[in-house]
Amino acid sequence: MIDFKRFSVWQFFLVIMSLPTALALVGVLTSWFNLDEALLSHLFQYVLPSALFNTVSLVIVVVMMTALIGVTSAWLTTICDFPGRRFFVWSLILPMAIPGYVMAFALVGALEYTGSLQTYARDSLGILAIFPEIKSFFGVALTLSLTLYPYTYLLVRNAFQTQGKRSLEVGQSLGLSARQSFFRVSLPLARPWIVGGSLLVIMETLADFGTVAVFNYDTLTSAIYKSWFSLFSFQSALQIASLLLMFVVVVSLLERQSRAKQNFSYQRGETEPSSRIVLSRVQGYLACLFCGCIFSIGFILPIGQLLAWAIPQLSLELTDQFWRYVIGSLSLSLLAMTIITGLALLLAFAARTEKGRLVNWAVRISTLGYALPGTVLAVGLLAPIAAIDHFLADIGFATPILQGSIVVMLLAYSVRFMAVAFSPIESNLLRVTPSIDSASRSLAVSGLGMLRRVHFPIIRVGVLTAMVLVFVDVMKELPITLMTRPFGFNTLAVRIYELSSEGLWQRAALPALAVVLVGLIPVIILMLRADKGQQS
Amino acid sequence: MSSESDSYLDLTNVGLNYRTKQVLANISFSLRRGEIGCLLGPSGCGKTSLLRAIAGFESVSSGGITLNNNSISRVGYSLSPEQRQIGMVFQDYALFPHLNVIDNIRFGLHQLPTQQANERALYFLERIGLVDKEMAMPHELSGGEQQRVALARALAPQPDLLLLDEPFSNLDVDLRESLGKEVRSLLKQTQTTAVMVTHDQHEAFAIADSIGVLRDGALLQWDSAYAIYHQPVNAFVADFVGQGVMLQGTMISLTEVKTTLGCFERKVIAGVDDLIHIGDRVKVLIRPDDIIHQDNSALKAKVIARHFRGAVFLYTLELENKEQVLALVPSHHDHAINEWIGIRLEIDHVVVFK
Repeated sequence: MIDFKRFSVWQFFLVIMSLPTALALVGVLTSWFNLDEALLSHLFQYVLPSALFNTVSLVIVVVMMTALIGVTSAWLTTICDFPGRRFFVWSLILPMAIPGYVMAFALVGALEYTGSLQTYARDSLGILAIFPEIKSFFGVALTLSLTLYPYTYLLVRNAFQTQGKRSLEVGQSLGLSARQSFFRVSLPLARPWIVGGSLLVIMETLADFGTVAVFNYDTLTSAIYKSWFSLFSFQSALQIASLLLMFVVVVSLLERQSRAKQNFSYQRGETEPSSRIVLSRVQGYLACLFCGCIFSIGFILPIGQLLAWAIPQLSLELTDQFWRYVIGSLSLSLLAMTIITGLALLLAFAARTEKGRLVNWAVRISTLGYALPGTVLAVGLLAPIAAIDHFLADIGFATPILQGSIVVMLLAYSVRFMAVAFSPIESNLLRVTPSIDSASRSLAVSGLGMLRRVHFPIIRVGVLTAMVLVFVDVMKELPITLMTRPFGFNTLAVRIYELSSEGLWQRAALPALAVVLVGLIPVIILMLRADKGQQS
Repeated sequence: MSSESDSYLDLTNVGLNYRTKQVLANISFSLRRGEIGCLLGPSGCGKTSLLRAIAGFESVSSGGITLNNNSISRVGYSLSPEQRQIGMVFQDYALFPHLNVIDNIRFGLHQLPTQQANERALYFLERIGLVDKEMAMPHELSGGEQQRVALARALAPQPDLLLLDEPFSNLDVDLRESLGKEVRSLLKQTQTTAVMVTHDQHEAFAIADSIGVLRDGALLQWDSAYAIYHQPVNAFVADFVGQGVMLQGTMISLTEVKTTLGCFERKVIAGVDDLIHIGDRVKVLIRPDDIIHQDNSALKAKVIARHFRGAVFLYTLELENKEQVLALVPSHHDHAINEWIGIRLEIDHVVVFK
């Protein structure tokens, strides 16, 4: 009987956890029950065609560029040997630390006609145009590709590491040239990873809000934002969101499938390290040049540009106001980190204690939010929140309680980042097998003692990882913060967005550098892991 | 509660249900202090559930369990596992991955003063011969070493009873045998009462004083290893424990059975044999060691298969009426397939099933 009682408490908790995500999805989808003819025809005539076309073409080009950069650099740094390889193995991950909305204005600032690089080339070298127009479709695609290719790079590198040179040798033993075996054996073998990385890139591109904003490039995300904040039509925002949601659902289903294939191939993969292909002198320099270009444009150039803007202004910009943004960002991230990690811990324990279909669904729904673009989530959550506020007003509360409060923002963060916190905790908790629990109890250690002496020490690293990841993600987050923040509430990310959309890039440089600095933390963790993989 | 004054662990009519499904019914057996019992059965027979019921991880749905004359499980009451003083060794060892060897062994000694806990842990570390691995982490140990640490960890708090759940199933065959002997001598030296679960009869024979054979949640027989082998109560036990074949036979009196190999005298076991009558067609258990090879014997059988086992051959022989028997023959008797060889019967225990 006592067991039954505990059973229902955990189940109740699991249902509560999956509620916000479910509500946001319902909020988005039910928008079609409330049609406004005039608005709808405006949407279909002026907004959607271009937004759809822009989104789809951007996704296609970014996927191709990231796949090209990611696969090539992964192949070169994993299978080949050339001057500087050891440096590029980890430095090629670095662009990941720069959020798209920072990369965008830093690159534009450096590369546009009046930008620092071109001006220098004109004035000192007499070269008129060394770079095509950056404020173009090509510019958006390049910027996004540079921030997103590390996803493909990391995954495909993992694939090449596990298959090693063996796949090439198999091809060669069957009479193929090295070149042929790369295209006919190694590349097809790595396909699940390439597809997986590309699908992550697609999801991030669909969700991107800040990068396209800098380029004034209208996609579905900016259409959501604009129909709400410029057109003041919440309904249209929701309807556009539902369209975006459709894409996201398809992509995340595909992603789930491709991950299953990665597991399958991984188990068969040879893990022994293999000697690398030594490139010829010329090939080696070309490889070095390729990686060097990617690293320079993806990291050195934007960081250099930000520093060049920030340093002369440092004494002017390090104001009390700046520190207020820093403190605002830090305290918000800490608060969100504590709440989300705590909830993720409870979720992981609930999922461990309970088994069955209900639990699987609850966990799946509660961690679904990571696939949802921030803009979709923000508008989707506001619909049910507004309904709750209406209800509260009906029973006698004077002002809206939830709307415009920090609660909405934290709720949206929780939905979006639950998966980020849950997966490291869960994977660590899997190490605590049921028989470890039984062993502890048979040694007369149970309840809180078991939690303290067995569970917590084992999952500690997972919890720390979850905390770091959530902290950094919240710090960098833009659309949710922008759309759900209480009036007058500012973070570094929002400040960067405001300044850069007004063209005040120089002033945006210092907060941007601060965000990049924090963003480096998880990248360094990733790099350390990549290093470990290399030694083995 | 127990009628036998010297029994230490007592199970009386224990039944166990998961939800509505019955997994164990009417299990009764007892062990004296220091005795080692073994539950033997195919997978899914309920032997692990029974072990978990004794450990307190499952509540019984009928009957009761007493340990040292204290009731620990009965319907509506179950002393929690952490209060039972019952040690357990798990199939996957379940060592704590974040603790080194000595800390794993010391884990259950938290109620002792530090000094004493350290001494006790060191004592058991020596007993399992892993002094040089004191600081090693579990993942750095081999399977056999992990097994020993798990045993030391379970024994260190000096439990009233030790339970072992398929303790050797993850080890290779050689190690199983040597570790089996080690475990038995360690249990005997520490005078620990123990119950082990296994599906491997050799393990059971090597370690146990008493063996229980389970099938589909029922305890078919609880006896010494010798009796389980030579006097199985039914065809399942006979077939599951040891090799052997069944010959057709006819009861010509209550104590005599006639087969193609001749007539055999048997003892009537009260209770078990009540259903066998004169004239019944019965099956007679013939173990490989019941058949002796003798070149000059008048009784002949044809070799149809042979397995070389080093010291002995295991021959599959066909009798004139096409029935088959197994025979263990010293391996210098090297006979070819289809050869007819002489055999003689030497059956001490004639076992007959209906």
